[in-house]
Amino acid sequence: MPEPIFRIAHLHKKFGDNTVVNDLSLEIQPGECLGVIGPNGAGKTTTIRMCLGLVGPDAGEVHAFGLPIPQQVREAKKRIGVVTQFDSLDPDFTCAENLRVYGRYFGLPKATIEARIPKLLEFAALQSKADAKPGELSGGMKRRLSLGRALINDPDLLLLDEPTTGLDPQARHLMWERLQNLLQQGKAILLTTHFMDEAERLCDRLLVLDHGRKIAEGTPRGLIGEHLESDVVEVFGDGALPMAAQYASLAERVETSGETVFFYVRQPQPLLQALGQHHDIRTLHRPANLEDLFLKLTGRQIRDE
Amino acid sequence: MLISFYAAPRITVRFWPVVLRNLLVWRKLAVPSVLGNIAEPLITLVAFGYGLGSMIGQVQGLPYIEYLASGSIAVSCALAATFEGLYSAYSRMQVQKTWDSIMNAPIALDDIVFAEMLWAAIKSVFTVAAIMAVIFVLGISRAPTMLLALPLLCFVGVTFASIALVFNALAQGYDFFTYYFTLVMTPMTFLSGVYFPIEQMPGWLQAIAHVLPLTAAVDLVRPLVLGQWPHQVWQPMLVLAAYALGGYYLALVLTRRRFFK
Repeated sequence: MPEPIFRIAHLHKKFGDNTVVNDLSLEIQPGECLGVIGPNGAGKTTTIRMCLGLVGPDAGEVHAFGLPIPQQVREAKKRIGVVTQFDSLDPDFTCAENLRVYGRYFGLPKATIEARIPKLLEFAALQSKADAKPGELSGGMKRRLSLGRALINDPDLLLLDEPTTGLDPQARHLMWERLQNLLQQGKAILLTTHFMDEAERLCDRLLVLDHGRKIAEGTPRGLIGEHLESDVVEVFGDGALPMAAQYASLAERVETSGETVFFYVRQPQPLLQALGQHHDIRTLHRPANLEDLFLKLTGRQIRDE
Repeated sequence: MLISFYAAPRITVRFWPVVLRNLLVWRKLAVPSVLGNIAEPLITLVAFGYGLGSMIGQVQGLPYIEYLASGSIAVSCALAATFEGLYSAYSRMQVQKTWDSIMNAPIALDDIVFAEMLWAAIKSVFTVAAIMAVIFVLGISRAPTMLLALPLLCFVGVTFASIALVFNALAQGYDFFTYYFTLVMTPMTFLSGVYFPIEQMPGWLQAIAHVLPLTAAVDLVRPLVLGQWPHQVWQPMLVLAAYALGGYYLALVLTRRRFFK
């Protein structure tokens, strides 16, 4: 196994009495995409901020490219690109100027920056917007410019904190395409997300975080196989709720959320036949997915943080 | 903890791209910015200098317009640096999250605070240079020593920017800065011998006036603008240096606390 490009070991962080990150360890190999999923307040953003030396851990170690963080964070950051949850583009600058000014922060030679600007604008599908200011861009364009800006130093590792939150499906798909492109180029990515389809599509490995603690780790398919039954039958409609008790014996597990009943099953046919006799319900039969896994591991209650 | 809040400043050459960033934004808005900055002192000069001046005659052996114009330069410098260190720095720090995005690059908070302080001083010099040009054109003063006042005014800008960044680090919103202007800057303007000599005030107020940074700035800048040498150099220089160093260090400590607590 090659040396990991990024490594966190036994990281702890408390804010007051609130434990935000609890004994978290992870590794990222070169060219790998590691997804961190978890409810709001699970500690995802704090973890990223500790990776960048912006928050000091109470205990534990962070190493990027073998360099200890925060001690040698300046050296490490030369090889890291960051896209934060909220856009922090310079509103007074054009797209091209945003890239140029950001390149200077890395101390890059002028010629290098100027050569990269058109390439990055093309990568972000913003060639025609070089002279437009962020205020004139759509949400998806701004996110792509943020991603382009994070690439100005040609980083080996990207830290992406919810890079597609708030985007419409078209913009999200374009973003995914770009991120896959970067993975093909051999860049490593640490991605936090709320979107399970995003995690499944992009990530080689996933880490489920809740209350600052790692509660599961594995490949997307592997995790589903390990923790879930193969099929899910959702039942909704006026007569749905009594079904939960009536057919509990035909499923491995039954959950009720609002007006919907979820049957988790390995053999769906008997259940589907039984449900077929009822005409006041509707059913949806589908394979189990990451969202089911996520809800099983972290619960259905709302997190208001 | 990442860095002791009280550690000495750790400044690297990386502060410079941050200054350049602010300069680039300013260049886009330079004309309205400078016009805005010189409009108010110009109105004051015309209204008080020519209007009131014609009734007053001489102050400390100077025509009132000269007395006022030379003092106004120090005030404009202080106000320009203060404004930049409060409203503009706060926008970048809190509203636009510019500082956060800079810290994702290999630039530390210490570099940013130093860059903001230096930039505010540079901007105050731009403003003052424009006002000096007006004073030159109006013929209020054409003394060559006026140019020597520019580096000194950069130091004045550093001092007031440093103090402003202390309040920037404490601010929870723009409203807070209104208090700073009305409770600190405006009274200081009246106590620092800009509009009338300090000697006109009661003794206890004079004692306060003598330790105010704006008094020190006026004492140094006024003679140079009018083609004379300052009577005393070291005392006002030390007052300015004390505020600059104390303000800068306190601003740095409080800003680190704000970001890393």
